[in-house]
Amino acid sequence: MNRIKVEGKHKDHQILMYAISTCNWCRMTKQFLRDLGVEYEYVDVDLASKGDQELIKQHIQRHGGDLRYPTIIIDDKILITGFRKEQIKEALGL
Amino acid sequence: MTTLKEVRQRAEADAKMHGYALNPDEEMLQGILKGLKRNEERYGYPSCPCRLATGQLEKDRDIICPCDYRDPDVEEYGNCYCALYVNQEISEGKAEVQPIPERRPPQKLEQAYTSGGPDSAPEPAAKPAVVSSASETNLKFWFCKVCGYVCFREEPPHKCPICGAKQEMFSEILLGMNWMTR
Repeated sequence: MNRIKVEGKHKDHQILMYAISTCNWCRMTKQFLRDLGVEYEYVDVDLASKGDQELIKQHIQRHGGDLRYPTIIIDDKILITGFRKEQIKEALGL
Repeated sequence: MTTLKEVRQRAEADAKMHGYALNPDEEMLQGILKGLKRNEERYGYPSCPCRLATGQLEKDRDIICPCDYRDPDVEEYGNCYCALYVNQEISEGKAEVQPIPERRPPQKLEQAYTSGGPDSAPEPAAKPAVVSSASETNLKFWFCKVCGYVCFREEPPHKCPICGAKQEMFSEILLGMNWMTR
């Protein structure tokens, strides 16, 4: 799966974001994470292969999430759906 | 190829016709319009930029912009799912756009992961839309008492797209189905 890594000075958490390449809320979430200075990886689900999309679906559902984007999974434990600035900051302790 | 200007003009015309406005944040608006343009280029129709499309028209029909969920979403939250369309309050800066819950049914969301994509075998011809039970949807028929325009949605539009009459000028059409059992 093609995960794109965005460098940041805060590397305390493993942050994985599933996004849609055309989605403005996803774009705003990517920008928000960049502005926070956290390192994260993302996958644009619409550009992924069918096989990878199935894996993404399973990953999200395993964490009890809905199939909507952006979905952020922090340390493979906390799942946040949508552009939720306060929830993201709280989960990252920022 | 559809230009960004055309995508915008189309959205502006639709917003005006239905009594909505486009997202007043120009940066957000540009991002949404670009997403719609991109989807029109890759799928052949402007499906919602914030949802995963299958690339198969019949399966994506409900999320072609303006999507089937726009009217109840703007009614309840003030903006639609991708935030292209907003109500007057947001348009005038009295409220802000917000990310809203997904109204599209989960089984519809799932289908993008099980379809073969645009290159797979074509789907059988579309069947007519059938509402299997009254509890499945709150859609009703409404008619404009000024010009007779009829629509099928949860609430009447803010403004009649034909004559411009206000929402108050709409009445529900109550369908008598007794003839079916006679």
